[in-house]
Amino acid sequence: MEQATAAPLKKTPLNDRHRASGAKMVPFGGWDMPVEYSGIVHEHLAVRTRAGLFDVSHMGEIEIAGKDALAAVQRISSNDASKLQVGQAQYSGLLTPQGTFVDDLLVYRLAPEHFMLVVNAGNIEKDYAWIVEHIKPAGDVVAVNASARYALLAVQGPEAVGIVQSLTGVELAGMKYYWFAHGEVANVRATISRTGYTGEDGFEIFVPPQSADRVWQAIVEAGRPVELIPCGLGARDTLRLEAGMRLHGNDIDDTTTAVEADLNWIVGWKKDDFIGATVLREQKANGVRRKLVGFEMFDRGIARHGYDAYVAGAKAGRVTSGTQTPFLKKAIGMAYLPIEHTAIDTEFDVDIRGRRTRARVVPMPFYKRK
Amino acid sequence: MAYPAGLKYTKDHEWIELAGDRGKVGITDYAQQQLGDVVYVELPEVGAKLKQGQSFGTIESVKAVSELYSPVTGEVVEVNAALKDKPETVNADPHTSWMIVLKLTSPGEAGALLDATQYQDLVK
Repeated sequence: MEQATAAPLKKTPLNDRHRASGAKMVPFGGWDMPVEYSGIVHEHLAVRTRAGLFDVSHMGEIEIAGKDALAAVQRISSNDASKLQVGQAQYSGLLTPQGTFVDDLLVYRLAPEHFMLVVNAGNIEKDYAWIVEHIKPAGDVVAVNASARYALLAVQGPEAVGIVQSLTGVELAGMKYYWFAHGEVANVRATISRTGYTGEDGFEIFVPPQSADRVWQAIVEAGRPVELIPCGLGARDTLRLEAGMRLHGNDIDDTTTAVEADLNWIVGWKKDDFIGATVLREQKANGVRRKLVGFEMFDRGIARHGYDAYVAGAKAGRVTSGTQTPFLKKAIGMAYLPIEHTAIDTEFDVDIRGRRTRARVVPMPFYKRK
Repeated sequence: MAYPAGLKYTKDHEWIELAGDRGKVGITDYAQQQLGDVVYVELPEVGAKLKQGQSFGTIESVKAVSELYSPVTGEVVEVNAALKDKPETVNADPHTSWMIVLKLTSPGEAGALLDATQYQDLVK
């Protein structure tokens, strides 16, 4: 988890609720956030088997609107936003001219000429400045940092659909993954999105900050019969890793390209031009020297972010994320390795605090819901 | 969870249960709560000689890695191999999940460790 700031920590509208509930709080991306409520393993398993509720209000929302909004988004975002219908979202990258990540994000098409980009908490100001600068050539378009207008709650797990449905008139059964709709949740104006960062079915619900606590409590109440529990960022991290989802600052950053991160599917290869296109097209055509892989440890012990990877005794790469997965009960992780050592089942070593520990490349995601 | 009166405690959140010139060493309830779900305990070999305050291993939770510090000077005479397969017992029963047994070479050191009341005050 990335965190580097000396400024006072920012608080979500649910900060008092977290503290009153006895959550363990930590600084994350400049925010004072709950890392765990009842324990990472307990929370992780609740999401995989029942339901969990997360406060992710620290995430940023940047809106882009105007006659040339689509052209602007197409320029700054790697994925092909022209494929989005109104009411649909896609995962994408905000890339540098080198094809590396300023951030990763979700692009929501709110209206034909109105988009919302949901970005990482620690990158909001940086992203906003980047976007404002790089949409200028697009013409009639404006970007607004709307982060303060939204609180964001995530209800994740197999029971999520039943819980949220009991609080809204929006028909959720017919809502497809990565689609969203406007309506009310617990009588509060909301945008309900069938998305998440856990690999489980679930919803992310955008609400006005002043109503966040009311919606939070309504979800907790509605989830009580199926034992929904509040969850922190610790479980969010183990869940996303098990699901093979990249974390900006760990697995992807401004030194790694979308092709190296094995995210070719978030690049709109048929688009005319976009920032980073030249490098990515060259890498796609000619190959890359290293690639992000998933791995599994043979022994106990967690290979963590920043640990070195060794192939045949020589330092060859680095671990970007690692954990002991509560659901699969294995030590897993992601690492950049030289391309010739990225085939499934290739074995390598990770230096865990001076101890060489054996690992092998496995397919991602580590966990896929039925 | 109460801190057993029969144990001595360190400011680094280890405990030692003394019996003659031997002592069983583990970590406190406070320490396991701070760590969260323990997934791995790395312990020394029998025969390792430790100074008071020296690291004798690491304990790893989903969240973090911490050093384990020896409460006293001595030699490792036994290692709890059961923790290899069941590290989570450190969370469930911190004050009985011992990690190593030390043969003390400076028994006087133990007298300066915290008793249960003093330790309780430290972590409250």
